[in-house]
Amino acid sequence: KMLDDSLEPGWLSEEVKTGTTIIAIEFDGGVVLGSDSRVSAGETVVNRVMNKLSLLHDKIYCALSGSAADAQTIAEMVNYQLDVHSIEVGEDPQVRSAATLVKNISYKYKEELSAHLIVAGWDKRGGGQVYVTLNGLLSRQPFAVGGSGSSYVYGFVDAEYRKAMSKEDCQQFVVNTLSLAMSRDGSSGGVAYLVTIDEKGAEEKCILGNELPTFYDQ
Amino acid sequence: MDSQIKGVSTGTTILAVTFNGGVIIGSDSRASIGGNYVSSKTINKLIQVHDRIFCCIAGSLADAQAVTKAAKFQISFHSIQMESPPLVKAAASVLKELCYNNKEELQAGFITAGWDRKKGPQVYTVALGGMLLSQPFTIGGSGSTYIYGYADAKYKPDMSREECLQFATNALALAMGRDNVSGGVAHLVVITEEGVEHVVIPGDKLPKFHDE
Repeated sequence: KMLDDSLEPGWLSEEVKTGTTIIAIEFDGGVVLGSDSRVSAGETVVNRVMNKLSLLHDKIYCALSGSAADAQTIAEMVNYQLDVHSIEVGEDPQVRSAATLVKNISYKYKEELSAHLIVAGWDKRGGGQVYVTLNGLLSRQPFAVGGSGSSYVYGFVDAEYRKAMSKEDCQQFVVNTLSLAMSRDGSSGGVAYLVTIDEKGAEEKCILGNELPTFYDQ
Repeated sequence: MDSQIKGVSTGTTILAVTFNGGVIIGSDSRASIGGNYVSSKTINKLIQVHDRIFCCIAGSLADAQAVTKAAKFQISFHSIQMESPPLVKAAASVLKELCYNNKEELQAGFITAGWDRKKGPQVYTVALGGMLLSQPFTIGGSGSTYIYGYADAKYKPDMSREECLQFATNALALAMGRDNVSGGVAHLVVITEEGVEHVVIPGDKLPKFHDE
């Protein structure tokens, strides 16, 4: 659109979405999750530094995409349910349990909600695991990408993923993928957030926009 | 976008890449109606408009065939008048004029690639509304969405012919693996000063990636 016909800014009337790029990948002994930081309401960026990697438990995180309100609410509900569950069983919850709780909400309210969460973490029974919960299905995958920016990097992740990558390789893979998606998707951008989870715990990292890897033409 | 085209559409993956001494233009071979029915598994989307100039089409198949037929005629006429092979830019401009002047009715985008004596290997894109852009490489069609990241990461200027062929084949294979309206065989044409070479790679000979 060349000329804006409306007299009021878009963010007053448009839904707030985390049009996004999110990614999670398993390695032997843990997982790496990554996300961009842009939150948009129509054409306006309402938050350029939002951390879309949300804690569900000490060693289980989820990555948010879709409607910002829906995604945050699901994450908060599951965080509460997991706290109760881990007290009841007396130990750290399994990643699969967290993913199932997210799936239950996504499936039951699938007509009303429009959010997609990728759940990833470490537990002592299964090691590092990544689960997708799109539209209410539950599926474990070696790696997963999501959000509007993910379309542009399917080819890249298909080509570059190899089994049995080390933790550092996985972190580099995540950063490269985020950088490529952020440079092509108008709804993804800002900084890159990374969370690496292993037996010892979760380590959060933030990579500023100008420190991201650049590719041809940048 | 592509899925709203009525009739037969080339929900497609097309690309063109320059390398040191030439250019490779490539596409998949699937034509579908509405994304539900594959009406042809082996359609050729690489149209030769002159000796060293090819174009490939994305969008409505009927529009694309009509436009390329008109363009082919105009380019050969222009070449006869000028008494020399046409410039790649001239061929791309002819397509651009047709797209721009008929933008209301048409639903097709084009990639033109070729070699001429003045500027060597070149790639031009004509987008849906009729914008003409020259780039070192370009991708198009519905399947191209999935390989933007791959193409950005892997393209290098001044590749050799073999590197470029590998890049184009990989890109097509990745897109065909993710886009349900792209598929079939991979058609590639290598254009250099010496001539034009067709490479056809059947589906089962395409490179495979981690989950296949």
